[in-house]
Amino acid sequence: MNNNILLYIGRFIILILVQVFILNHINFLGYLNPYIYIVFILLAPITIHKSLFLFLSFILGLTIDMFGDSGGVHAAACLVITYLRPVVLRFVFGLSYEFQTVKLSNVGFGERLAYVTLLVFIHHIVLFSLETFNFSHILLIAKKTLFSSIFSIVVIMLILVLFRRKDS
Amino acid sequence: MQQIINFLIRNKNFLLFLLLLFFSLILTIQSHTYHKSKFISSTNFLSGGVYGWRYSISTYFGLRNKNTRLLEENERLRNYISTFSIDTSSVKFLDTLSFRKPFSFTKGNVYKNDYSKTDNYILINKGENDGIEPDMGVITDKGIIGIVENTSKNYSRVLSILNSNSKINAGLKKSNQYGSLVWNGKDPNIVQLETVPRQAILKQGDTIITNGRSTIFPKGIGIGTILSYELDKSQSYYLIDVKLFNDMTDIGFIYAIKSSDATEIKEIENPEN
Repeated sequence: MNNNILLYIGRFIILILVQVFILNHINFLGYLNPYIYIVFILLAPITIHKSLFLFLSFILGLTIDMFGDSGGVHAAACLVITYLRPVVLRFVFGLSYEFQTVKLSNVGFGERLAYVTLLVFIHHIVLFSLETFNFSHILLIAKKTLFSSIFSIVVIMLILVLFRRKDS
Repeated sequence: MQQIINFLIRNKNFLLFLLLLFFSLILTIQSHTYHKSKFISSTNFLSGGVYGWRYSISTYFGLRNKNTRLLEENERLRNYISTFSIDTSSVKFLDTLSFRKPFSFTKGNVYKNDYSKTDNYILINKGENDGIEPDMGVITDKGIIGIVENTSKNYSRVLSILNSNSKINAGLKKSNQYGSLVWNGKDPNIVQLETVPRQAILKQGDTIITNGRSTIFPKGIGIGTILSYELDKSQSYYLIDVKLFNDMTDIGFIYAIKSSDATEIKEIENPEN
């Protein structure tokens, strides 16, 4: 248990550093950056205390905002996906979520992809709507959301495969 | 009362969610308002330090390019000086300390530069300890890049011209007509010059410079050249696309401009303060 907490703290810090050091400066095709720090939210244990989880993801988002000078955009997006995660889990995994037996490392590829896609997409919609903050630019928001989501989903799926824990 | 407490306990997660969301929305709205986004900013010691660490590694990859730019600037300045053709034999010793300089410059390096969002900021490694204050202009060897918005002891945040809150007075080099420089959020190397009266005679390739109407930038600092222009809906003003001299995706080093007349001019403009 103690070991797990250390793992989560380490993951939290490393994800933030990778995001602000490398991934925020990719600017592929001029504007595309993958946002992979939400892996922390995706991989949090299902039995985690809900209030603590909300608070942690708020801090996570706010730290990214501090480095990126973006106000509270990432914090809001993180809060939304943290709050909606149980709904998405129930939608994707159905019964096995009800019995709390889901482990992201041993579900099928399709289910995992669906779970990641849904959460990343919700996160990016909130993120880019608030970042642009102008509904006359709705096409720009849609374009950024779509392409950045694809980029993020690919990178996150790769991370999940590469850093899979070999405990099962 | 019991029921209210029960309600609160039952919905504590939802209420916590709403509270934190409300807080982050306030921060977001503040960040879209000029001069109010001070609460969460990258000028603190943590992010400034982390970006400084990153800069100390990545700076080695651009040294050749940076040297070339410095040499080019030196060449230009030398050519400029030589046009005054100072006769060194007849010049007496000049005490430059007693000269009144209307503008003074401070060099700095760019620690972080955004250009992919609609509200972009630049973090530089000079702060209050180096005499940087809010509302100072920031330029490079080629042209303007923004205005200092927020400072800490060792770092400052610059409101880039690629920001929807940025509005800078700029005009034509060959005449005195002027307008305001804004950005539509699309191409990081093309900005828009609005409200230039239709009496102005424009040509593609004309130079746009700062016009010295504010205390922030001295007159005559380069901005870019006219890429295309058209009349706006009211048919009385031009809307001009300006191609920047700077490559906003690769800034490198900057100079912050301090105007020694700024406080005096502001006092005259706002006598009630």
